[in-house]
Amino acid sequence: MASVFGAKVGGSTPRRPARGRGSSLREWRWRDRIVLLAAWAAGLMLCVVAGAIVLYMAVRGIEYLRPKLLIERPQVSLTQNGSGGFLDPLLGTLLLTAIGMAIATPLAVCTALWIVEYGRPTALARLVESSVEVVAGTPDIVIAIFGLAVFELGFLGPLSSSAPNGLVVGRSFIAAGAMMSLIALPPLFVATRDGLQAVPQHMREAAFSLGKTRIATIRRVLLPSVRPNIATGATLGISRIIGDTAIVVLLLGNTLRLEGQGQVPGWSILRGTGSSLTSYVFYNSPAGEGRAPQKAYAAAFLLLAFVVALNWLVGRIGGSRASGGMSGPMLAP
Amino acid sequence: MSTYPTILDTQPEAANEPGHGREGSFGPTLVPPARPLASVSTLNPEQPLARPEETVTVGVPPVRTIVVDRAPVPVAPPAARESIRLSSAPGPERLTLEQVSVSYGPKQAVNSVSLPIHQGEVLALIGPSGCGKTTLLRTLNRLTELTPSSARSGRVLIDGEDVDGMPDTRLRARVAMVFQQPNPFPMSIFDNVAFALREQSRKRPNRRALEPQVIDALKRAALYDEVCDDLSRPALRLSGGQQQRLCIARAIALRPEVLLLDEPCSALDPISTGVIEDLIHELRRDLAVVIVTHNLAQARRVADKVAFMYMGDLIEYGTTQQVFEEPRATRTRDYVQGAFG
Ligand SMILES: Nc1ncnc2c1ncn2[C@@H]1O[C@H](COP(=O)(O)OP(=O)(O)OP(=O)(O)O)[C@@H](O)[C@H]1O
Ligand SMILES: [Mg+2]
Repeated sequence: MASVFGAKVGGSTPRRPARGRGSSLREWRWRDRIVLLAAWAAGLMLCVVAGAIVLYMAVRGIEYLRPKLLIERPQVSLTQNGSGGFLDPLLGTLLLTAIGMAIATPLAVCTALWIVEYGRPTALARLVESSVEVVAGTPDIVIAIFGLAVFELGFLGPLSSSAPNGLVVGRSFIAAGAMMSLIALPPLFVATRDGLQAVPQHMREAAFSLGKTRIATIRRVLLPSVRPNIATGATLGISRIIGDTAIVVLLLGNTLRLEGQGQVPGWSILRGTGSSLTSYVFYNSPAGEGRAPQKAYAAAFLLLAFVVALNWLVGRIGGSRASGGMSGPMLAP
Repeated sequence: MSTYPTILDTQPEAANEPGHGREGSFGPTLVPPARPLASVSTLNPEQPLARPEETVTVGVPPVRTIVVDRAPVPVAPPAARESIRLSSAPGPERLTLEQVSVSYGPKQAVNSVSLPIHQGEVLALIGPSGCGKTTLLRTLNRLTELTPSSARSGRVLIDGEDVDGMPDTRLRARVAMVFQQPNPFPMSIFDNVAFALREQSRKRPNRRALEPQVIDALKRAALYDEVCDDLSRPALRLSGGQQQRLCIARAIALRPEVLLLDEPCSALDPISTGVIEDLIHELRRDLAVVIVTHNLAQARRVADKVAFMYMGDLIEYGTTQQVFEEPRATRTRDYVQGAFG
């Protein structure tokens, strides 16, 4: 019936070419053809750039990356051969990630829980949300310089390293990790908040109507429901920490090796300075002082591999959510 | 002892044709459409333009009569049902509503409703959409308090005790609720039921100790036989009907005195509905059951008492037979005969 109807209309008015998939390019207007071509070119260019980065780094990385680089400590040296491996920067990256996430995860999850489950007074809730947005939009170098100002305060001296004359220089794993938590917090917060908002209201009411308190509901119903969201947010946060340079350069002291501070084992490392893979790449790149570009390429490849792996992990977590909903493998305790 | 007044609607409204609104046509009878199908002449090119509404009716079968109004699966032979019904004498009065009114901001959702709810009988709340059934039901375990704009007046007594005087967690453990959408928690079948039994936020006090109670609840919810092989399966892998029975199991695990059901079968197929209706029949021996339903046939099948609400008012309250067969109010008659709603 519709086709009869359509044919009638089509017969009485001049036929207009429908633009879209399936219609022949020949029928298109010139302007449309150019726009389509531009869109194609833009997409292709992006593919080429991404491919080039991955390929170039892969070729260089595989060329220079040796297992022994991962376990050798770096050396200050004038020659490439004498500069050692990058065990310390690797440990530095891991340590920073651990500190940053240990601070950011509880903060972000609690904030999201408060916003979604309590959210009162509304004005305060809105203020908190905009604060997270401000933090998310602040360039990392600004966060770093602010962190420096904070940790140089005298009474925070025990948290960072100090010069031999007792002057607090505000550089340590603790200082850098604390600031790193700020750049990991926004994605974690947003993912958790969105996950909580997606839990249907009757789910909470079901728990309440079993005589459960709000806290019990949060702990046993809501948090298990949003675990995949937290995992996604955490993965995004980790990749931001791994990729950050500014905070390392300003707040970690950027010493090639882990330099302990004080006598207490473990704590001395946290109070001490070090470097990360990103700052190591910078240091050894032709722009830095290290002059060991091969090491830089190897470390950069490792960095890229980390980030690609994390992205893949985010995709997998998201994918399992899309297909299985909340019934992921995390359910049975 | 107060009597519960029914508001008699005395407006001389014309009664509609009895009993042939929506329940009359069961089975796959193809009822001919009211209007003749658009004739072939619509397609005639001589005719300038077919009117759209005519073109729509072409060849559209009256799907409603086939699919929606399928005869309900008989849950128990009528004779057996009758004997169950006669054997259950209404038990003690469990919940008492005295002049309960609820409003959301300026909007009055429930107006001064007074009702008794007895153990051993099923009370069905019926009425058109938006008349306040859900609101009234949620008032009984104080869930309406979660809506910031809501306000309640009047008294709700459980075993003679004012519900406002007790902690809401204790009240809700005594007045359990099952929702329209099956909503098992994202955990295993066992943990769903055990969660209800456990102390507030404790994770697992003792699995072994809880096991008999969990199994008992699952059995009473007529679910145990279907899931007994693996209780650690995630509850979300169950079918909708099984999930709903799990929600009932969870609700009755704490041995509440009252069970509130808000359209528990509206997301389910006829077979699961039949199973749940049988279950409600079984459960009412130990509990007072209040069920909200839009399905009048279901209200007839499961309820002992029926309360008809309209625009927040309780229009009529009486036994199922009385409300469906000799309604006193015109509005009730119109509603149960399918004239509106
Ligand atoms: N959270 C709320 N805030 C404001 N008004 C509400 C809220 N919940 C319900 N209402 C209003 O209260 C009235 C009664 O709603 P209620 O949900 O109790 O109706 P109902 O009888 O359960 O309807 P249905 O059969 O469609 O489920 C409606 O007019 C509705 O608009
Ligand atoms: Mg409702």
